[in-house]
Amino acid sequence: MTATGQRAQGWGFVAPALLWTFAFFIVPFIVMGAMSLATLDGRTLIWGLSFQNYAELAEKRFLWRAIIVSLEITLTVTVVSVVLAYPLAWIIAFNVPKRWQRLALLLAILPFWTSYVVRSYAWLLVLARDGVVNQTMLNLGLIAEPLTLANTRFATVTGFVHFFVMLLTLTIYANLVQLSPNYRRAAQDLGASAFQTFRHVILPLTLPGIVTGAFLTFVLCIGDYVTPQILGGNTELTVPQVIMVQLGRRADFPLAAALAIVLMGIVTVAYLAAARWLRLDRL
Amino acid sequence: MDMTKLTSTLLATTVLTCAAGAATAQDQLNALVWCDHMDPELIAPFEAEHNVTVNLREYEGTGAALALLDQSRPGDWDVLVIDGIDVFRAVDAGILAPIDAAQLPTADFFPEVVMEEVNTVDGVTYAVTEKFGYNTISYNAANVDPADMESLATVWSEKYDGRISIYDYYLPVMGLAAISQGIATADIGSDNLGAIGEVMGTMRSRAASVAGVVAAQTALATGEVDIVVGGGEWLTAVLAEEQPDLTWTIPAEGAVRWTQSIGVVEGTQQPDLALEFVKYIVSPEGQARLATSSCFWGMPANALAGDFLTDDQKAVLRWDDQPDYLALTQLYPAPDDALDADMQDMWLDTLSQ
Repeated sequence: MTATGQRAQGWGFVAPALLWTFAFFIVPFIVMGAMSLATLDGRTLIWGLSFQNYAELAEKRFLWRAIIVSLEITLTVTVVSVVLAYPLAWIIAFNVPKRWQRLALLLAILPFWTSYVVRSYAWLLVLARDGVVNQTMLNLGLIAEPLTLANTRFATVTGFVHFFVMLLTLTIYANLVQLSPNYRRAAQDLGASAFQTFRHVILPLTLPGIVTGAFLTFVLCIGDYVTPQILGGNTELTVPQVIMVQLGRRADFPLAAALAIVLMGIVTVAYLAAARWLRLDRL
Repeated sequence: MDMTKLTSTLLATTVLTCAAGAATAQDQLNALVWCDHMDPELIAPFEAEHNVTVNLREYEGTGAALALLDQSRPGDWDVLVIDGIDVFRAVDAGILAPIDAAQLPTADFFPEVVMEEVNTVDGVTYAVTEKFGYNTISYNAANVDPADMESLATVWSEKYDGRISIYDYYLPVMGLAAISQGIATADIGSDNLGAIGEVMGTMRSRAASVAGVVAAQTALATGEVDIVVGGGEWLTAVLAEEQPDLTWTIPAEGAVRWTQSIGVVEGTQQPDLALEFVKYIVSPEGQARLATSSCFWGMPANALAGDFLTDDQKAVLRWDDQPDYLALTQLYPAPDDALDADMQDMWLDTLSQ
């Protein structure tokens, strides 16, 4: 085959993916960007190059407050999920016999099999004043009065962490099982303690798995509407909730698009910050 | 099989498929509705009588419905159910078609909910009220003093701090806040938004959550809260059988009345069938089924529906109290676009506190 023929064949192989990306990412993104620069006059959409919607972000307290709340919740969820998922992945990778590891992973991802909405409402019942958590603590004498757990940021973070620990466990586990045991043996031969081996050898080598999982957690969490809406009880608003309000009654697509662009900007910053360690091929 | 036979078979199959498709298209009615219309017990009798399939799509928020209709081709939709106060928005957008008022049994309606001023524009009828109810106070009678629920001031007083949930829709809740200050819902404007905002702030500071329909029902049923501001029969009726302590009242200051209307979509290819559907929904039988829909209960606009409701159903709907309730309640605020934007901003600002 000639060089030209090989090039044509190469383009032929990637063309479907390129077309897909163009049709379902590039074009919608351009439309959303253009929409964010439009304005709404009553119900009439006026296309133009107005930055009014972005200016509103600075003017309206609830808009930038929503961005801060979204970031706070997302960062908390990401950190807590990593802290919980790493030991779980470690135990599955190194303490569970090989033949049981598949079953352990299956059990770890079992919550994924239920509906996201149903799972969120289940958490609402678990965290209610008469729910399992409060009743258990009351019976143990740990508290005198039921605590307010549902409809709080704690509830939102709990619902998210329950979901994302599973995701992170998978990405970290995939990283851990690829590590040769020789790394640990070599470190110990050189006199490193168990902690030093972990700190200076294992952790840096598993960083790509952690960062990949953390990045996915960040992206999915910051754009999620369901969990904060059901478990947070609207006690504070995240950006997706504000976007939904803009669309629900007034159909203010320009402001909703501007907020969506801001969300994409935040995700882009997160990507750039994590790019050094990101290994999406580890998924 | 030779090529001629194969071609003939394919051609015949194609023609039959197209014919079947065309026949199917004639037997479909597409309606954009609220969840109470999704109940098969409501729709099945109409489908059987007219030998049609009614395709129902549920939506939330007038904005979402109008955006969907904007993106549809003429004829895609036949019937629209819409918030009563938003009929004028749909008419402005050219979405609703005129309907023949003479064919509608509005003479049998509760007079207060005929609402020609809402369903008629420039003397032309575009929609008809089908159901109504109240955004008021739902509560758990076992955990609160019912006497306290008779005044809006005590509902969100310090006594019930953390025991309140607010219904997650700004128009009825801000309407209640206005009524508590002696401001009529029809008089809400930029000059009195400040006073309403202060009440909203107090209400918000006392609330454990701001919840949608399911979340508010869950909160009441599980004891997470004891009061839902903005609730009503639509919130507690479906829970009444299992938890009779969950009830509702209209305080002395009054409350907000919601209404939903139904109309025919402009450009429908089957205006007669669409009108038949509207007539069925506002008929006494259809109204009784709609009133007790599995999604949420509410009062039927047609008073003759009472003949098709059981005594128990009428008791839950407080049928006999309707004259008093109608006199005591005010229609939803119906802001223009600018005021609507300001009210929505105030609502989001309050939630962010």
